[in-house]
Amino acid sequence: MKIRRDVFQAIADPTRRAILLLIAAQSMTPNAVAEEFHTSRQAVSKHIQILTECELVKQEQKGREIYYHINANKMKEIDKWIEQFKTILETQFNQLDRVLLTLKKNMK
Amino acid sequence: MKNSLLFDFIVDKTTKTIFVNREFAADLSLVWDAFTKQEILDQWWAPKPWVSKTKFMNFKVGGRRFYAMVSPEGQESWSIQKFTSISPTTNFKILSSFADKDENINTEWPSSEWDLSFSEQNGTTKASITIKHKDLATLEKYIEMGFQGGFTMTLKYLEQLLITLK
Repeated sequence: MKIRRDVFQAIADPTRRAILLLIAAQSMTPNAVAEEFHTSRQAVSKHIQILTECELVKQEQKGREIYYHINANKMKEIDKWIEQFKTILETQFNQLDRVLLTLKKNMK
Repeated sequence: MKNSLLFDFIVDKTTKTIFVNREFAADLSLVWDAFTKQEILDQWWAPKPWVSKTKFMNFKVGGRRFYAMVSPEGQESWSIQKFTSISPTTNFKILSSFADKDENINTEWPSSEWDLSFSEQNGTTKASITIKHKDLATLEKYIEMGFQGGFTMTLKYLEQLLITLK
């Protein structure tokens, strides 16, 4: 499977959002994460894999255990897209201000 | 141009909904026309230097607006807006989809639902817009459509216009 984009795909799934919320609170082992869900361990593992590929989740070896923790920088990418969309709207509306002004002048 | 006009932009990531409130210094009927008549829409819908080009617009329930954002290099990004509900001068709803030049909807990117309400107070009209996405990734497509690089140019253009308007 082609690893298409980024963070958005990762957060499009409710289970993955739940996993992110969990490990945002504290770093967790794969087993600890899996125990929080009713689905199979493999399914949870697959979700974590996607999150890792999207760089939203980082792995860290502590002794014999692997811990997952959240990559806060990557989470900010989502905000960046939203911010750019806001800029586009702002630009459109500023243009509309001028159009309205012209229309009002023409009506007089 | 007044800067004191309201502009709210709120995102609810869990419901993938964006709430926008914006005031305009014009009466309701004029703002309504600016949002619903293709010849006015094309004057402001695309952030400059991109140009909005509406091929057709049938503003009635079930009707569609088929338009492109055209880049300075002439690259066209087509979209289809379907009007799903219209209550003249106070509200209309759109289902917005990306498309190709032959009016085929691009199914790779989910459509978004736009709900636009308008109200007037003392000659100022407030537009309250709700944009609901099936997937926030759709935002990436909007940005990909070409606006990103043009923003600095947009700001320059704005500055120039402000000077000429004074």
